[in-house]
Amino acid sequence: MKGWVLIALAAPLAAARAQEAPPQPEPPPPAPPPITVASGNAGKNYLNLSLDGLFAVGASTEPDVEGLETGGHDPAQRGFTVQNVEVVFDGAVDPYFKGQANVVLQIDPEGETTIELEEAYATTTSLPKNLQVKAGQFFTEFGRLNPTHPHTWDFVDQPLVSGRMFGGDGLRSVGARLSWLMPTPFYSEILLTAQNARGETATSFGGVAGDTQFGRPLDPDVVKSFGDMLYVPRYDASFDLGDTHTLVVGASGAFGPNGTGPDANTSIAGVDLFWKWKSARADKGFPFVKVQAEGMTRRYDAAATATLPAATFEDHGAYAQVVWGVKPMWTLGGRFDTVGGDVGDDPADPRFQPRRRGALEGTWYPTEYSKLRLQYAYDDRTGSKDAHSVWLQFEFLLGAHAAHKF
Amino acid sequence: MTRTYRSLAAIVALVAASHARASLRVVATTPEYGAIAATVGGDRVTVATLAKPTEDPHFVDAKPSHIVTLNHADVLIEGGADLEVGWLPPLIEGARNPKINAGGPGRLRASEGIQLLDVPAVLDRSQGDVHAAGNPHFMMDPVNAGVVAQHVADVFCRLDAASCSTYKSNLSDFQSKLDAKTKEWAAALAPLKGTPIVTYHPTWRYFAQRFGLVSDIYLEPKPGIPPSPPHLAEVMTKMNEQKIRVVLVEPFQSRKTAEAVATRTGATVVDVCQFPGGLPGTDRDYLALIDADVRAIVAGLRQGK
Repeated sequence: MKGWVLIALAAPLAAARAQEAPPQPEPPPPAPPPITVASGNAGKNYLNLSLDGLFAVGASTEPDVEGLETGGHDPAQRGFTVQNVEVVFDGAVDPYFKGQANVVLQIDPEGETTIELEEAYATTTSLPKNLQVKAGQFFTEFGRLNPTHPHTWDFVDQPLVSGRMFGGDGLRSVGARLSWLMPTPFYSEILLTAQNARGETATSFGGVAGDTQFGRPLDPDVVKSFGDMLYVPRYDASFDLGDTHTLVVGASGAFGPNGTGPDANTSIAGVDLFWKWKSARADKGFPFVKVQAEGMTRRYDAAATATLPAATFEDHGAYAQVVWGVKPMWTLGGRFDTVGGDVGDDPADPRFQPRRRGALEGTWYPTEYSKLRLQYAYDDRTGSKDAHSVWLQFEFLLGAHAAHKF
Repeated sequence: MTRTYRSLAAIVALVAASHARASLRVVATTPEYGAIAATVGGDRVTVATLAKPTEDPHFVDAKPSHIVTLNHADVLIEGGADLEVGWLPPLIEGARNPKINAGGPGRLRASEGIQLLDVPAVLDRSQGDVHAAGNPHFMMDPVNAGVVAQHVADVFCRLDAASCSTYKSNLSDFQSKLDAKTKEWAAALAPLKGTPIVTYHPTWRYFAQRFGLVSDIYLEPKPGIPPSPPHLAEVMTKMNEQKIRVVLVEPFQSRKTAEAVATRTGATVVDVCQFPGGLPGTDRDYLALIDADVRAIVAGLRQGK
């Protein structure tokens, strides 16, 4: 409301100013009285609303598409898949908080519609000392890709390492995050997140009863005390290299208990890198070249069971991708994926087998509100047949245009 | 360890010192506001600009370095008519600087009090990337630049009363130069009154309205939609019918497309820019920019005759 009051106060001032306009040699068209304008979406409603639909169609030489694709929002079957239909609400809560909620709808291969509260959180806007707190249900700020939504990705599916470390739906949970923008001349930020460590969106940690990790059954009820939460520190820094190049580097850790038994812990460490070149004469943001890579390593201490001794499993994974914005609204990209390390006690579980994958994509954006993407991937799997897959992805966005984070 | 602490302290001291020098740290989203701020602020302000003068202002990267720049800002000048809506919000959120939050004392929306053209009656993206608030390229009318300069001086005075007399005298200098120049520009364009021009995007509507040109044919079929062959054919037909002699193109727009259209219609491609610094010799100088634009357009229209 404060903004409106200010605008109302500014109007008569502006009117007075406009009358001071210089005498014109050619009398200009009579200037209508100045009006006040509110800034588009922000200001006309208390919340911005958008709906994003993401669909895929295609096929793979192997029928087990759900085994090939590790993400919950990846293509799930030969033919069509509803990847993600996302409703986003966001706006200023009051002078102290911003709020956002992402509600995701999906239709599974059985035709069942599922609803998922992916994120719902508030972020402070006015804390002193460059601090910011975020609280609610949100994607954990680990690495570059994990905190982002599928429609912002450069490929049809998530990297293998995301699936291996964080499961199908990414690492997210209910909790709070504190971040400090450091007083350095370059961008540098420290973040610390504390979240609940159980559920299907914390697979490396508490997980869900009935699931296994490295062949070990999970019983998340062992997570009982306050110390049994998931703690995720992150540091990232960014440097502009000249006028047209930007580099962002980051390191993250995730520490928490796992569901194999009392005092069993998991730690994941990750590093990430992002480099972008964008022409100084960019038209709609094109041409550009961007490179993104992330590597992660996990140490999983499994507790002893009735039949198996305590054990420590170690695995790792990485991806590297290049996307070239060839000319306005067209991109070409390539990605290389790899995961490997300890297989664990269940050699039949394909999730823990080493894998490599290469993918090529081409995307056409009719506008920034829609896209059409073609992707080919070659999958080199251990213990399962290699696979060739081709997917065509389609996206549309209605409503408030979500601004792009870098 | 002591050495580490000492160098840390030195860094902190350096950062603090660099903050203490000028009275107001001003950040402008696009270079024309930066130029106005530098003119009104003189040596009492430092000015940083987020968008480059040569790039498409609708699609600026929300680079982390911009977050640092905004974190230090006392004043943020934005157009505020949706031009920056695709990249400014995450920067503001990251900057965590209450001075420049919406409604903050240092947040200046240049479009406040400006009569915007092309305000859509209904919001419908099938009509292209229409801005809800209206056409955001209002700074191409020098009279609006005067309104914005006054607004800038008001905000500077409110935040830095000690330098207010300097801001006011800089403003009145600028205003009198602007008035004189506006007369010159109007005189140069007066003989061409009513002449139609073709532009790539509806960037020159305010300019045309002020100086009596007619700007309602664009290479883009709809705002923000790339030129298509059928639309270009239609444009060329209109150009032949109306004997249109110039196609205006900005640094980031496809000169090749403009050239193809111009060659086939006997028109001239005119290089113009809406941002100081986008044409040689116009860096941080709004008057020099409009001067260069007017000269280029007049020359183009004469040449095409």
